This record gives sequence, structure tokens and C-alpha cells, in this order.
Amino acid sequence: MNASIAGALLLAARKLLTAFIQLLVVATLIFSVMYIMPGDPVLLLLGADSNPSPEAIASMRSQLGLDQPVLSQYFVWLWNALHLDFGKSLTNGYPVANYVMQNLPRTLELAFAAIIIAALIGVPLGIAAALKRGSMRDTVLTSIATIGISVPVYIMGTLLVLFFSLKLGLLPASGYTDISRNVLEHFRKLALPALALGFGLAASIARMTRSSVLEILGRDFVRALRAKGMSERRIIWQHVLRNAAIPIVTIIGLQLGNLMGGTVLVEAMFNWPGLSTLLVGAVSARNYPLVQGAMLAIAAAFILINLVVELLYSLLDPRIRRKRS
Amino acid sequence: MIPEAVLRATRSQPSFLASIVLLAAVVFIGVFGSWLAPQDPFLLNPQIVNQGSSTAHWLGTDEFGRDLLSRLLIGVQPTLLVAIGATVIAGVFGTMIGIMGAYGRPLIAFLIMRSVDIMLSFPPILLALLAVGFWESGIFSLSVVIGVLYIPHFARVAHAATLQVSRMEFMEAEHAMGASARRVVFTAILPNILSPLVVQATLTVAAAILLESGLSFLGLGIVPPEPSWGQMIGTARGYLGQNPMYVIWPSLLLALTVLAINVVGDRLRDILDPRLREE
Repeated sequence: MNASIAGALLLAARKLLTAFIQLLVVATLIFSVMYIMPGDPVLLLLGADSNPSPEAIASMRSQLGLDQPVLSQYFVWLWNALHLDFGKSLTNGYPVANYVMQNLPRTLELAFAAIIIAALIGVPLGIAAALKRGSMRDTVLTSIATIGISVPVYIMGTLLVLFFSLKLGLLPASGYTDISRNVLEHFRKLALPALALGFGLAASIARMTRSSVLEILGRDFVRALRAKGMSERRIIWQHVLRNAAIPIVTIIGLQLGNLMGGTVLVEAMFNWPGLSTLLVGAVSARNYPLVQGAMLAIAAAFILINLVVELLYSLLDPRIRRKRS
Repeated sequence: MIPEAVLRATRSQPSFLASIVLLAAVVFIGVFGSWLAPQDPFLLNPQIVNQGSSTAHWLGTDEFGRDLLSRLLIGVQPTLLVAIGATVIAGVFGTMIGIMGAYGRPLIAFLIMRSVDIMLSFPPILLALLAVGFWESGIFSLSVVIGVLYIPHFARVAHAATLQVSRMEFMEAEHAMGASARRVVFTAILPNILSPLVVQATLTVAAAILLESGLSFLGLGIVPPEPSWGQMIGTARGYLGQNPMYVIWPSLLLALTVLAINVVGDRLRDILDPRLREE
């Protein structure tokens, strides 16, 4: 008993350390973006056309800390980032952290809504297809899923807009209303982007669910249970689905992590002011601190979600805990 | 042996045959699109903007009165070039890196595979966005950017396959014969890991098409007036009310193409790697 708790803690600690190192490496890469990418932020800030004097350039450079050695700039940036200070936006001097904190919950909300829709559709369909493998139902469901993963999310979104906004006039085609202002309007505007993302994900979740249920159904213990005369319903509900749940939950979790950046097209087409929208705007404005802050937030959210999924995974499956400890 | 199995699959599975025919047609249009186009795809005609289909313009016209069918036909080429270019880049470098990660010195192998893991922890579209946001966008740069982004995916597949092969007895025999590292890689490893790499290549072509069209959709990919399907969908979105078919045609073609690649990829996996076969 004690040994297994110690093993679980050890595993958790190791995963935590890995995630931290991963975050550190990603942060380093993001920092170096500023030096790899073309364009001088100082000239950009002063306006290259206005032909700024060398003194103005030098003073701006020291104001931004760009006259320091690269290594010390790096450590200062990293130290500040650890305290959630990502510097100030080049265009208006507003703290980048405020932008990130404002937009992060919106991306999270969209991602969670999409993943819930996807799981609610994908898991039952995948199970239904696997239980009647090779039947007409299986063929139809599998074909729909293959079509579903082939339709790009922005085509799905456009079709939804065509149907629900233009034809039926039921839902707004794009935009965002803060939940504090109007709750109903908030969710009406969330509906189409979440559905557009959710449908594609549902297809891949259905495919994964089908193959993991099939995999469990083929195991020896299922044959043993059948030989024992256990009812098919009990075998499926108590044994097959419980075992298949582990890979399914993992896939859903990984998809959620991917959505942190994967919402970019949907956010753009529905004017959803999330993290990707922030990033796209910052990239085209060459607003480096904002680019770095948004990218770091996306990467951190991705790494954290994956960490939670992995910990959950070992919680769900005691075998993994025991094997590694 | 493999072509025979493919031939057999085309006979028994109509969806596979249909997908191959469709892809062959797409490649044909990609090569000969500008000859096939019934009208000048760049000719502006302000009198007939956003019209539905007519005898003069079978699929209607776009927001500048250009012939939609002609633009759809020549819009295949940039997408295909980017997809193939990206897949070649990802395939060559990813395979090399993956083999090194499995077969190279332990420290180098460790460093390589950890960097692959880290690169995989970023959604490709975000990195692509960053790259094309800062650099010039065009067929060449898009191929390079997308290709580089899919190197880690290839590397991981090649790595796993090489590890599997290197445990086999004939590898021991190669070493016992004193074969050079180059000989081992080219005559023992590469031929034996080809199957998963071919499957990965089809997946990468599909992913590259989606990525290119996504970037073009955002206005960051193929630069107008040169058309690509993704870019046409992005533009057409502004005219959903006036001419809904403008968005439907490129969407339909793009989705069908990706679907066909996915179907072929699924079947190829079944044929090339019987261990993964579901049925």
C-alpha cells in the first residue's frame, strides 16, 4: 500500500520535472524568436520612415534593455516570465500579461466547449460502431468519421454559418459578447465556433474509440468471460468499456491540449478574441513582446494540460503506476 | 508484391479505387490546369461579379468577375507543389534524423529524440503562422516551413521502425560481417522501414494540404491574384450572402481531395503493415 503511494508520488514528481524542463526549453526557443526573426523592434517602434536620430535609437534601445548582453537579457526575461511579467506591448505600453490573462480564458472556454461536444458525439458513435463491427451500421459510421476528419475546420465553420446564420437565422455568424454583459448572447456566439471545432474532433475521437473498444473485445479475458456464461451486456458495460476508457480519455485529453493552438483558424473566422487571435495580430504588427507572451501562454497551457492528462492516466490505470515504480 | 496487393485492393474496395481515380485527376489538373482552364483565370470583368453558374461561366464568377472554374483548375497546382515539396523535405530529413536517433551514438540519439518531443509539443499551424508572418510567403517558403514542421513526425515514425528492425537477427549478421554504417543504413534499415514511412508520407501530404489551405484561408499563404483553394474559400466567405456557391465549390474539392488521401492512406496501411490491420 505504502509502496504504491510512494511509487505514484515518484511518478508524479518525475512528470512534473519533465514538464518543467519542457517549458524551460520552449521558453528559450520563444525568446530566441526575437533574434532570429527579421526587423528591428526599435526602428519599428520609432517608425522607420520618420528617420529617427541615432540618439533616439540608442535611448530607446537602453529603455527596452536591448543594449544589455543577450545572455543577461535572456535571464531577465526568463525571471520576469516566471513572475508572469512578459513586458509591455510595443504599440501602447500596456502590460502583455494583461492581454494574455484577458484572452486565455476565452480560448480555454472555446476549447472545453468543443471537446465536450466532440466527446458527447464521438464516444457513443465509436462504441456503437465497434459493437456491431463489420455491419452496415459500422460501415456507415466509419465512413462518416473518415469524412469528418477530412473536412477542414474552416469549411465546417463556413457550412455551419451558411446554414444556421444565413439560411435559418438562428445563430450569430461571428463575434464575442462578454458573459458579464449578456449570458444568452455569450453562449449563442460560442455555439458555432464550438460546433465547428467539435465536429472534426468528434470524428477522430469516434475512430479512436472504435479501435480501442475493438482491441479490448479481442482480448482473451473477454473470451473467458463469455465462456463463463456472463451476459454480453455485463461484459461490455463492466469489463470492455472500463478497459477501453483509458486510451479514450487520453486521446480526449491530448486533443484538448492541441486545441490550445488549434483554435487559431476558428478564432480568426468567428472573430473570437482568444489567444490565437492575440498572436496573429501581434505577428502581423511585429509586436515582439506580445508574440512571446502569447506563444508562451499557449505552450504553457498545452504542457500543463498534457501533464494533467498523464497524471490522470496513471490514476485511471493502476498498472502503469506499478510498472514504472 | 506490394503493387499486386494494391491492385487486389482496388478490385475488392470501390472506395479505394474511387479515391485513386480522384487523386489521379487532381494530379492531372495540377499539371495541366492552365491548359484545361476554359477562360483566362485572371481576366477581370466588373460587369459580372459574383454570379451563379451560366453557360458562359459554368461555375459562376468571383468577386472580380473572374471565371470560377478556371480559377479552381489552376488553383490546384500551388497546393500540390507545397504538399509534395513539404512531404519530400519532411520525409528526407525526418527519416535521417529518426534513423540517427535509433542507430546513432547514445548521447546524440537522446538529444535528437528529446528535441523531436519538444517540437511535437507545438501545434504546427502556430509555428507556420509565426514563420510566414515574418517571412515572405510563396510556394517555396511554404513548402520549407511546412516541411520542417513535419520533420519531427517523420522522425518519430522512422525512429520507432528502426528500433524494431535493429533488434532483428539479420542486423546482427550485418554487423558480424563487418558491414559499414552506411551499408547497414541503406541495405538493411531503409528497405525494412519503408512501409510505415510510405503511410506517414500520405498522412503528411494530407496534413500539408490542410495547413497550406488553412494559411491561405487566413490570407497568409498563396499570394493573390494567384489562386489556391484555401485562399478562394477565405475570400468567398465574404460573399456568402451574394453567391453561396462560390464557397461551396472549392470547399467540396478540397474536402474530397483530403478524403481521398485519407482513404488511400488507411488502405495502404492495411496493405503494407498487416500487423496494424483492424479487420
